[in-house]
Amino acid sequence: MSDRPNILEAVRVTRRFGGLVAVNEVDFTIPEGSIVSLIGPNGAGKTTFFNVLLGIIDPTSGSVQFAGRRMIARPRRAGLESLVWVLPSIAVVLVGLALAAAGILGGAGIALAAVVAIGLLVATLLLAIVRPLWYQAFLVRLGIFRSARPNDMVQAGMGRTFQNIRLFKNMTAVENVLIGMHSRMHASPLDAFFSTRRGRREEAASDRRAQELLALVGLRGIGNELAKNLPYGDQRRLEIARALASSPRLLLLDEPAAGMNPKETLDLMKLISRLRADLGLTVLLIEHDMKVVMGISDRVTVLDAGRKIAEGTPEQVRSDPRVIEAYLGKPAA
Amino acid sequence: MSVVQDLPTPGGARGMRTRASAFGGRHRSLSITLGMALVAAVLPVLAGVPPFSSFQPQAAWIDGFTNAGVFVLLALGLNIVVGVAGLLDLGYAAFFAIGSYAYAYAASPFGNQILGINVQAALGDAAGLVFWPMLAIGALVAALFGVLLGAPTLRLRGDYLAIVTLGFGEIVPIVFLNSDAVTNGTNGIGGIYRPYLPGFGAYSATNPWPYYITTVAVVTLVLILCYRLVESRIGRAWEAIREDELAAAANGINTVTTKLLAFALGASTAGIAGVLNTAKLTVVSPDQFTFVISFTVLAMVVLGGMGNFWGVAVGAFVIYTINNVVLKSLNQFFQSVGVPILKDIDFLQLQFLLYGLALVAMMLLRPEGLFPNSRRTRELHADVVPVEEDAEGEAAAGGAAGGAGEGGR
Repeated sequence: MSDRPNILEAVRVTRRFGGLVAVNEVDFTIPEGSIVSLIGPNGAGKTTFFNVLLGIIDPTSGSVQFAGRRMIARPRRAGLESLVWVLPSIAVVLVGLALAAAGILGGAGIALAAVVAIGLLVATLLLAIVRPLWYQAFLVRLGIFRSARPNDMVQAGMGRTFQNIRLFKNMTAVENVLIGMHSRMHASPLDAFFSTRRGRREEAASDRRAQELLALVGLRGIGNELAKNLPYGDQRRLEIARALASSPRLLLLDEPAAGMNPKETLDLMKLISRLRADLGLTVLLIEHDMKVVMGISDRVTVLDAGRKIAEGTPEQVRSDPRVIEAYLGKPAA
Repeated sequence: MSVVQDLPTPGGARGMRTRASAFGGRHRSLSITLGMALVAAVLPVLAGVPPFSSFQPQAAWIDGFTNAGVFVLLALGLNIVVGVAGLLDLGYAAFFAIGSYAYAYAASPFGNQILGINVQAALGDAAGLVFWPMLAIGALVAALFGVLLGAPTLRLRGDYLAIVTLGFGEIVPIVFLNSDAVTNGTNGIGGIYRPYLPGFGAYSATNPWPYYITTVAVVTLVLILCYRLVESRIGRAWEAIREDELAAAANGINTVTTKLLAFALGASTAGIAGVLNTAKLTVVSPDQFTFVISFTVLAMVVLGGMGNFWGVAVGAFVIYTINNVVLKSLNQFFQSVGVPILKDIDFLQLQFLLYGLALVAMMLLRPEGLFPNSRRTRELHADVVPVEEDAEGEAAAGGAAGGAGEGGR
């Protein structure tokens, strides 16, 4: 696997909460097309690390590169960003004042300059809120950096599921999947207003794709069922289908086998392997169930007390004395 | 946790709905248009026959319906923000004010002077033509302010958002009140031109029909747009944010822009309502935009059925009519009959008591509103399987299949 390029590279990621170091200088890479697992006892920092990867919390130090782009790091000169969107309008005001002082600009000209300045201010403010990619790239060139937000990570190709299922319970299965597809759809409010051909075609295509995805995870025919009425195992599958809807390159599964019975767990393992085979997906798994981890992982990373204590193939990790110690305690002397 | 069996779905009106929306919104839009035309035709007839004609003359009824239409617009707009996207906005009247003043500036001698334009000189007697583009411009201006208000409040949720919007709702009228030089302060801006449309009846204080027809047309259009919007990917994103904001973000929905869009579109609807209302009143002053307006519209949305546009429209219409016709008529009725105690009660002054009672009763008995949105019903009655259909015929076919659902959300 090591000859494949890495889809995700986390470099010396650290996250502190006050005096607690939840994640301590963790280096972590995921080669494209592999299934990598992250394990560790409770409180090892798995979830914090996961949240850093997803852009939900900023790291205290270190950075994460995803799909060839530096997405997540500690914010740098973030305060300067406000200057970027205030400066153009201040410049317009100053130029207007200078021209007025020189007697070149009349009353109407000053009013015009004021309107332009306010318009610019609103436009730049909107830009700072919407943060399109080119704007972020521009900021990076100025040495200003802010981590990507969760939706940016999805846009870049990261899909996730939640440890405790977070489906949209009062929506149907298909609607859940359609929401997962949101970031890959382009219909604007105007498309909706005028019911354009483009919008309708996209909606129909998305509907078909949602049915396909449901069939892929083994939920054929339950598309019109409310998410909350599905059995537990199916809810887990539906969450995977929803995560797949954004056509991710990397799928992050947070304890997908939690609460499943042995048969459901086995089916889940088959599903994950099949997803990699069929979709060329890379998978990062956080899991407690050692059977799942050891069964399907190409590589396992073990965290304990925020530090990476072991990494390697399932066999290597299984026999690593530090891992055994972390899980079972020190052997009696 | 749900232990419901994985039953096959019986047919599925929901699937049909999805297919129908993929088919195109044309069918839906046509039915809305026909429905509105029918209602608009029946209402004046009803107003002309007893017992309704005994309350007030037909022309007064038509005038009242027109005013009700303005509130229907406001309720439709607020429904996007509160009902669909789940953002509690208590300062909605601010956008109504902004739309109203926008029209006042474009269509009055005072406002024109401030802007440095002269519509009357350019158009002469047809100055009222400016009304038509102003419907769109008023919407845009209000949307702009919706974004400006929305931007700093996006990190806030629930109560905190409500407080900030409440503040904004108070600030806007006060700004209009105190900026004497440009808004004429308490007196407001008068002499606003009435709309004008060549070949169409004259808009005047004595002839309510042109305003009535215009309002019906605008409400129909807004209703169609609202439906198309909530059935699009944007509407789905709003509902996802309402249900679970973190999950929505983790599924690629840009919560910031999506919420801003809800604010902007809600505000733009209020802007249209403001333009319409001001063109009818021909005068605008800050005291028209008190908290009472925000509150009334919110009550209309809640009573009508949050999230369901038809329900909200009907709710707004009914509440406005009760407020302005029924209560007044009750006064007259009891006075004319001479019932001892009741004839001394001014029901108009009791309207907020009645609102309050109605809202409390509603929350206890039917929290989803009179004409509920099926999804809202599911959220509010998590333990009950809904079996009734709402106005859109959105049968909860899936919900009916299983037993008890999962508790809470």
